[in-house]
Amino acid sequence: MNAMAGKLGWAAIAIVGAVCLGMVALERGESINAIWLVAAALATFVIAYRFYSRYIAVNALGLDATRATPAQRRNDGLDYVPTDKWVLFGHHFAAIAGAGPLVGPVLAAQMGYLPGTLWILAGVVFAGAVQDFVILFLSSRRDGRSLGEMIRTEMGGAAGTIAMIGILMIMIILLAVLALVVVKALAQSPWGTFTVAMTIPIALLMGVYLRFLRPGRILEMSIIGFIGLLVSVWLGGVVAADPTWGPMFTLKGTTLAWLLIGYGFIASVLPVWLLLAPRDYLSTFLKIGTILLLALAIFLVHPDLSMPAVTKYIDGTGPVFTGNLFPFLFITIACGAVSGFHALISSGTTPKMLANESQARLIGYGGMLMEAFVAIMALVAASVLHPGVYFAMNSAAGVIGTTAEQAAQTISQWGFVVTPDQLTQTAKDIGEATVLSRAGGAPTLAVGMAQILHGLMPNGMAFWYHYAILFEALFILTTVDAGTRVGRFMIQELLGTMAPALKATESWAANLVATALCVAGWGYFLYQGVIDPLGGINTLWPLFGIANQMLAAIALTFATVTLMKMKRERYIWVTLVPTAWLVICTVTAGFEKLFHEKPGIGFLAHANKFAADLAAGKVTAPAKTLEDMQRVIFNDYVDATLAALFTLVVIAMVVFGLIAAMKARKAAQATAAETPYVALAAGTAQP
Amino acid sequence: MNLRAQATAFWRKAVQTARLAIGVPDYDRYVAHMRMHHPDRPVMTYPEFFDERQQKRYGTGRTGCC
Repeated sequence: MNAMAGKLGWAAIAIVGAVCLGMVALERGESINAIWLVAAALATFVIAYRFYSRYIAVNALGLDATRATPAQRRNDGLDYVPTDKWVLFGHHFAAIAGAGPLVGPVLAAQMGYLPGTLWILAGVVFAGAVQDFVILFLSSRRDGRSLGEMIRTEMGGAAGTIAMIGILMIMIILLAVLALVVVKALAQSPWGTFTVAMTIPIALLMGVYLRFLRPGRILEMSIIGFIGLLVSVWLGGVVAADPTWGPMFTLKGTTLAWLLIGYGFIASVLPVWLLLAPRDYLSTFLKIGTILLLALAIFLVHPDLSMPAVTKYIDGTGPVFTGNLFPFLFITIACGAVSGFHALISSGTTPKMLANESQARLIGYGGMLMEAFVAIMALVAASVLHPGVYFAMNSAAGVIGTTAEQAAQTISQWGFVVTPDQLTQTAKDIGEATVLSRAGGAPTLAVGMAQILHGLMPNGMAFWYHYAILFEALFILTTVDAGTRVGRFMIQELLGTMAPALKATESWAANLVATALCVAGWGYFLYQGVIDPLGGINTLWPLFGIANQMLAAIALTFATVTLMKMKRERYIWVTLVPTAWLVICTVTAGFEKLFHEKPGIGFLAHANKFAADLAAGKVTAPAKTLEDMQRVIFNDYVDATLAALFTLVVIAMVVFGLIAAMKARKAAQATAAETPYVALAAGTAQP
Repeated sequence: MNLRAQATAFWRKAVQTARLAIGVPDYDRYVAHMRMHHPDRPVMTYPEFFDERQQKRYGTGRTGCC
């Protein structure tokens, strides 16, 4: 009887999900309510978790609840601690969620909400969550080793080194693109700039508090920090309106870029307790709180989506990013659907704390479903905006001009009718001088969030807008200094193989050299992005997406090879299908970025166009002088080199993977290098 | 379990989750582990424990996420 009721319940969820998805997909003309989209997503996640993740757990991987996990075998109370599954779920989610799932879907909304939604749902169920789950499982069977180390043992040293170079490159591009998002959000915005700048003294105060005044009192410190943040959001409005202070915080993009570069350098060589750690604490809590608040607001306000389901820009001519739906949609939305970065987290601290192997399913697969839900909410927030406002915010000044009249006219001609008044009113509502050309996702998301939260708590659109900007800038800045540190250690390790003196992480000289190299790396791309009249995000986000999907392709290739080595080839389609899809997407996107004949897409075509003009003595916009022209060409070649490198890394990993898989196939028995089986002591299944 | 006990248990788990999210595992369990398995070794005080965890999380550079 119970079994029967259960089956009926699942059938009901499936039907509800199908109906909602049908509504989302087929509704035309009338605008539809966001609740349909959210419900369709939730039903998909529940069904996928219940059936597909179970299939993977039981059949494909064979999770063994009787096997002692690294936390059980090596319990030290510090790194290896058997942890309650819900507590660990929270830890894992806080580690994987960042700015990525918030930015990608906002950019992808230019094609309408439907393509992005479908990719997020299909991507997470069959690729993203599978990757996180399988890597977590494999790492927990290898004492919680990192992805790089596991690749080295299972696929050889050369594959390991290539993977490491790939990880360093994605780090540099990630830092550049995230820093660019901050610059785009703060340029010419005294309110935002002041508020974000205030996070530095607040974090310093918290650092001192936590170390000297009240050691280890995290809750007290967080409350003080949070109040400090709210006060600075409010104070920012006062500062912006002030005739003397306002202009002081009204900065150009290039100034902000230099400030960020200097900040990144200083912050990453300061002691961690002073700035990095306290700000990371604040941003972690703020992130979780804001995500919950946004979810609550969407449920209570249930706004209508103003964006059409599909826009004409699926043909690749969109103003936000150029390139066809395939492969560029799948590159633009990386985090939220599938993110290679998560493979680093799933093989980081989480596997060392699993209390039981069977819980890898909830934490790995379930954690990623949560992240996809965040991506869906970001898509909703972007689609709630009037499409005219959306395109005004996300198109470059070179395309829509610099006044509300020009922008409204251009965008209305595209078919998204909007008046100059609507654009100036939106700017006024959020307390900014203008909303034009604020690419990068963060401001768009902030306006969308402000609009939704405004429905929940009327008054104060401007407050919510700047709160949302602060929320994004805060964890992006945390990523910038934490990431610079990671990059520095990787550079030291790589260079250390050539010059052993650089390997000494305690040495100040080696430390400063490696930090300077890392900052110069991402600073170069950041500056290039800021002065790019096409907006920069246009160029950098696809490169970041390719890099992130490249890392996912590497992780999934490794997972597939290891399944072969475990003699589970009957089930390798579980990881092989997403691997193949990601390899196809990254290689196609890499090739198009290199060789596409349209200068808007292909870097080489762009360089050739400028070279031809330069030879004819012509100065083409964005360049203003002949030197500018040369620099544009040089940047194109740098970007092209990166795209080529990413593509080559993917291809090399596929070749290594094929070789290792063939070898595993010939072997008579399983050859995977797992730590030997140890039975779980009785009564320790739960901590 | 009455409501009050449930609320206490829930709060405790929430605190544990929040602390672990920033890299600080449960201190009481660390102490219990040391007493049980390594009675000969010194046990860190809470501020020492907190410092050790902070250094461990950020010292070698934490891989943040996208």
